[in-house]
Amino acid sequence: MTVFGYRLPGMSSLIVWGLLWEIVGQMGLTFFIPPLSEVIATLFAVIGTAAFQKALAETAYAFSAGVFFAITIGIPVGILMGKNRLLDELLLPWVNVFLSAPLTALVPVLMVLFGFGMKSIVITTTLFGIWIIILNARAGVKQINRSLVEMAHSFGASPWNAFTKIYLWAALPEILGGVRIGIIRAVKGVIIGQLLISIVGFGALFELYSANFLMAHFWAVLIVLFALAFTIAEFLAYLERRVAYYAAKR
Amino acid sequence: MVPESAVSTRNISKNYGDVEALRNLSLEFPRGQLTSLLGPSGCGKTTLLKIIAGLLQPSSGEVEVNGHTVTGPGPDRAFVFQDFALLPWASVIRNVAFGLEMRGVAKSEREAIAERYIREVGLAGFEHAYPHELSGGMRQRVGLARALSVDAQVLLMDEPFSAVDEQTRRKFQEDLLGLVQNEKKTFIFVTHSIEEAVYVSDQIAILLPRPSRVSEIIRPSGFRDKGADNIRRDPEYLDIVDQIWASLRSYVE
Repeated sequence: MTVFGYRLPGMSSLIVWGLLWEIVGQMGLTFFIPPLSEVIATLFAVIGTAAFQKALAETAYAFSAGVFFAITIGIPVGILMGKNRLLDELLLPWVNVFLSAPLTALVPVLMVLFGFGMKSIVITTTLFGIWIIILNARAGVKQINRSLVEMAHSFGASPWNAFTKIYLWAALPEILGGVRIGIIRAVKGVIIGQLLISIVGFGALFELYSANFLMAHFWAVLIVLFALAFTIAEFLAYLERRVAYYAAKR
Repeated sequence: MVPESAVSTRNISKNYGDVEALRNLSLEFPRGQLTSLLGPSGCGKTTLLKIIAGLLQPSSGEVEVNGHTVTGPGPDRAFVFQDFALLPWASVIRNVAFGLEMRGVAKSEREAIAERYIREVGLAGFEHAYPHELSGGMRQRVGLARALSVDAQVLLMDEPFSAVDEQTRRKFQEDLLGLVQNEKKTFIFVTHSIEEAVYVSDQIAILLPRPSRVSEIIRPSGFRDKGADNIRRDPEYLDIVDQIWASLRSYVE
């Protein structure tokens, strides 16, 4: 957007919203909204604390582990579903059910099954991310050019070679699209898991801050989380654009 | 004189449910020669070729290549695809070496072989280009180099020139004549173009549809040695083209 002939950098509208937040905060209407300047000051103070860094490390661990399982299980399952009719018939209804299901409702069950710890959070994260990864890998395999498959077959490709040298690559743009959406969902999963289980990571921090009415702290951590999630999503979109170049040419 | 057969099909039938695609089809393919399968669309010529390739199983009957019964794809046959079937994410040299890669040939060795065939089909300098950077004709040269590089005795070509432009196609046809002479391989060539079949073939099998059977086998003999430039105005060439059209025209709607 341009104002008075000046080209504004992206997201400059955030300044307006930030100012509004500051004004509302300074007016002291509610304890719930402290001024933005106070929140930001708290943010820098909080980032240095051991509690925050522990929460960040735990979240990063749960997130990486969850995404790792979602990808390493999701992609092969999706590819196999795309190739094997029987497996597809068996699994597709479940994948579709879980894709649209409110997974948050499952977290209490997971807590009962796997305890109130890291294990449950990792599984929650995986469950949030994996279904769309499966569906996209399956769709990617389904659209593979028949003659590529015949070509591999006619040159004597073993099933393993066909998998690693044809299916995986031919379906790569769809797979990466699924991974991107899956990772964004996993960000939600890791936070929701922590909030519900709320004795580790940011869940514990949120519990601590809101129980003690430390609203500035609460908002500061929230801003950090939003910024992290947004950065991850943007980074993945950037990677996907680079792959889309070749996807359009196939 | 007809040399011994490199490939024979015996009583091949193929049904898709209730539809009879091929019925009791027997055909001999002489060694070192090019045999065309010619016929109107839907006559099952591609089906027959894929059965010979081992990509499709016949409902009954059998295919023999060099005396061995075909049960699936094998190193004695290589396939050239109508739509080229190149890996879009791989460079020309990797595409050409793909067949060798599947056979477990070491990288340096297979690239050396691939380079030789890339030169042979006239693509020297394009080793590291990607398929989308090449024209249709060049892509099919890659497909041809890939089939040649595995050094199979039998080359199966499924309408290989139908997706390239007319001028490129003529060049391909001339090159193919040279290839048949130099490579000492058996070529089985599917086409729907009468002129193309007569131009390149030592033997033309005319297939008629519903269900598919061999109606006629023609062996042009007189003009093969007169040189690529003279074939198209040779009286025998023109007669055979007319004769084939006369027998096919009633099947073309």
